[in-house]
Amino acid sequence: MDLLRIATAGSVDDGKSTLIGRLLFDSKSLDDDVLAAVEDASRRHHGDYVNLALVTDGLRAEREQGITIDVAYRYFSTETRKFILADTPGHVQYTRNMVTGASTAEVALVIVDARNGVVEQSRRHAVIASLLGIDHVIVCVNKMDLVGYDESVYEAIRAEFAELMAQIGVRDLTTIPMSALHGDNVVEPSANMSWYDGEPLLRLLEQVPVRQGLDDLPLRLPVQYVVRPHRAEHHDYRGYAGSIASGVLRVGQRVSILPSGHESVVTAIEAPWGLVEEASAPDAVTVRIADDLDITRGEMFCAVDGPPQTTQEIEAVLCWMDDRSALRRGDIYRIKHTTRSAKAMVTSLNSRFSIESLCGEPDVNSLDLNEIGQVSLKISVPLACDDYSRNRVSGSFILINEATNATVAAGMIGEPQFSFARSER
Amino acid sequence: MTTEIISPHLRPESKHLRDLESESLHIIREVVAEFDRPGLLFSGGKDSAVLLHLALKAVRPAHLPFPIVHIDTGHNFPELLAFRDRTVGRLGLDLVVGSVDDAIASGRILAPAGADISRNRLQTPVLLETILKGRYTAVFGGARRDEERARAKERVYSLRDEFGQWDPRNQRPEVWNLYNGCINPGQHMRVFPISNWTELDVWRYIAEEQIELPDIYYAHERQVFVRDGMLMALSSLMQPGHGETVVTRTVRYRTVGDMTSTAAVASEARTPEDVITETLATRISERGETRADDRSTDAAMEDRKREGYF
Repeated sequence: MDLLRIATAGSVDDGKSTLIGRLLFDSKSLDDDVLAAVEDASRRHHGDYVNLALVTDGLRAEREQGITIDVAYRYFSTETRKFILADTPGHVQYTRNMVTGASTAEVALVIVDARNGVVEQSRRHAVIASLLGIDHVIVCVNKMDLVGYDESVYEAIRAEFAELMAQIGVRDLTTIPMSALHGDNVVEPSANMSWYDGEPLLRLLEQVPVRQGLDDLPLRLPVQYVVRPHRAEHHDYRGYAGSIASGVLRVGQRVSILPSGHESVVTAIEAPWGLVEEASAPDAVTVRIADDLDITRGEMFCAVDGPPQTTQEIEAVLCWMDDRSALRRGDIYRIKHTTRSAKAMVTSLNSRFSIESLCGEPDVNSLDLNEIGQVSLKISVPLACDDYSRNRVSGSFILINEATNATVAAGMIGEPQFSFARSER
Repeated sequence: MTTEIISPHLRPESKHLRDLESESLHIIREVVAEFDRPGLLFSGGKDSAVLLHLALKAVRPAHLPFPIVHIDTGHNFPELLAFRDRTVGRLGLDLVVGSVDDAIASGRILAPAGADISRNRLQTPVLLETILKGRYTAVFGGARRDEERARAKERVYSLRDEFGQWDPRNQRPEVWNLYNGCINPGQHMRVFPISNWTELDVWRYIAEEQIELPDIYYAHERQVFVRDGMLMALSSLMQPGHGETVVTRTVRYRTVGDMTSTAAVASEARTPEDVITETLATRISERGETRADDRSTDAAMEDRKREGYF
C-alpha cells in the first residue's frame, strides 16, 4: 500500500462535500455513528437530504455559515492505496488555506458545477495548483444529472479547461463527467453516460503515479539535527539527521555539504527501520560520514555531480498570506528555507499576478492578502537551493514577520510554471 | 538504561506506514532542533505509546532530550499507571506528573461533587499549570486528525496563547513541511506528529514494531455494566445505578481516557493482528463507541480545545 496526497477545493455549492462524503462512504471510511450524527443534524438544520458537508466542516462557524473556512484532512483507503485528502475552501478570502492544503499534494481535484462551467473560482484552483507544481489535475464536472447527462455540455467545459491548462502549464489533465449525488463516475462507472470511456474518479486516483521521478533527481538532504549522544558507548558518535528530499543516498557515496562547501563520504545510513545500504525520499534518516567536520542544522548533503545553486539573491513567486500587513519593497522578514533560518530583504517587487487575465501587472507597490507576485530577495546568508519547478523541497520557503511571528508568505524559487511577467495576453 | 529498543530487522511492510513514520520523525526533529524546552504528553494510551516510540527513534542513539509529561486525572486506569511507570523505568525516561488530585487538595481547582463525575475538563487547567511550571515551549501530543472533526482542522504545529487556547479561525498557514516554530513570550506550541495517522495505521505500526501497550487494549475478562449503551468498567469510581446490572464480559479498550469517561468494547482480540481485523470490520468510530466526553454536543471537542485541552 502506498500513500497519495490529494487536495480539493470548491464550495458546498459545487457539490464538493457531497463528493468527499461519497468517496469516504463508498470506501467504507465513514463510520455509521458519524453518518447517523450527520443525518440527525441535517434533519435539525435543513430538512430533506443528508448534508454531507456536516461531516467535513468541522468547526462550529463553518456549520453555521455553510462554508468551508479552513483545511480539513480526511483519510480513506482502498486495497492498494491510502489517501490523504486536504479539503480546502474555495472562497477567495481563504486562498491561503487552500495553499496550505495544496502545498503537499500530488493531485488536485477541481470541482466544477456542470450548469455554471468554468467560473473564476475554478480558474483560481487550477492556477494555484499549477503554481504549486501539482502535476496531476483532475477536473470533476459535477452535477451532470442536472444537465440531463448531456455530452455537449461536458465537452464544452472540457475544452475550455484544456485551453486554460495549456496556458498555465499543467502537464497531466483528466476530466470526468460526474454526479456525486447519484454516484455516477465516483467509484462506479456511470450507466447514464456511456459516451464517457474513461475511468471513474477512485480508479484514477489509484493509478496516479506517486512521487514520480524524485529518485532520478540529484541528492538533497537538509540537515535537521545533529545527534550527539554524549554517552560512553557512543563516545565519538555524530549523526546528521534529516529527511531526504530527492535522489538516492548510498553508503560509500561521496557527497558535498552546502553551503559550507565540505566534501566527505557516507559511512552509515540509519533509516527508521535500521541500518541500510541506501535510502531515498521521503525517508527520515541519520547519516554518518568519514570526516570530522563542523556541520550544523541548515547545511544540505548534495550530490557531488548535481549541486544546487548557492546564492544570497533569489527571485521567487510569493503568495502573500497575511491579513494584517502587506509586502513592500525594502521590508525585512525571517525566511525559513529547508532547515535554514535567516533574514530576507525584499529588494524589488517585480509584478503582481492577475488570475483573471493570467497576466502580470508591473509597477505595483504592495502585495496584499491572497495576492501572488514575483519578487527579488536578498538573503543574509547563502542558501543552497533549486528552482521550485525542479525540487519542491529545496525550492520552497516561508517568510515570517519578526514582530508578530506570523507566517506571511509561501515562496517558490525561480520562474513560475508559466510566464506571467508580462502585461499583455 | 538504554533507548535501543528498535529491532533493526523490522521494516514496515507497507510503504504508506514508512512514509507516515518518516513524516513524524521529521516533525519531531524540527521541534527538538528549534525549541529550547520541549515535553511529550504521555497518557500511557496507544497513541502516546506510538508517539514515544517515534520520539526515541528520532534522536537515537541519544537519550530522549526532554521529559515525558503525564496529566494524572486521579481517574486513570491502574493498568495505565503501571504501564507508565514500567515504561519510564525500562527506558530511563524523565517523568513529570501534573496531578488533578493535588490541584484539588491544594484548592487550586474546585472538585466536582460525586466520584463518578468526569474530570475531563479539570485536566485542562492542570495541563496548563504543568506547562507553565515546566516552562515548556513545545508540547508533543498524540492527537490524530481522523479522531474527530475539530481535530481534522488542526495544524501539526498548533499555536496556543497564554491561556493554552486554540483559535481555530486564526491558524497559521502551514505549507510544505516548513513549520513555523516562532512564538512570543507566554505562548507555546502543541505539536502533533501523528496527525496524519488513522486508528488502523496506529495498530498496523504497533504490530510491525511490536510496541508494548497496557494489557487492557487486548481482550480480557472484566466486570462491566451498561450505561447509555456503553460498557463501563466497575471500579471504586464507577458503580452501577438503578437498573444497571454488573456482568462479566470479554472486552478490550479501543481508546483509554478516564475510567469515568471511557467505555470498553466487547472483543475477542488478543493480539495486535486480531485488533486490526476487528478495526477493519467495524463500522463505528473509535470515539463514538467509547468516549462519553465527546457526546455532549456537536462541538464538544472544539469547545474543549478552545479552552486549552490537548
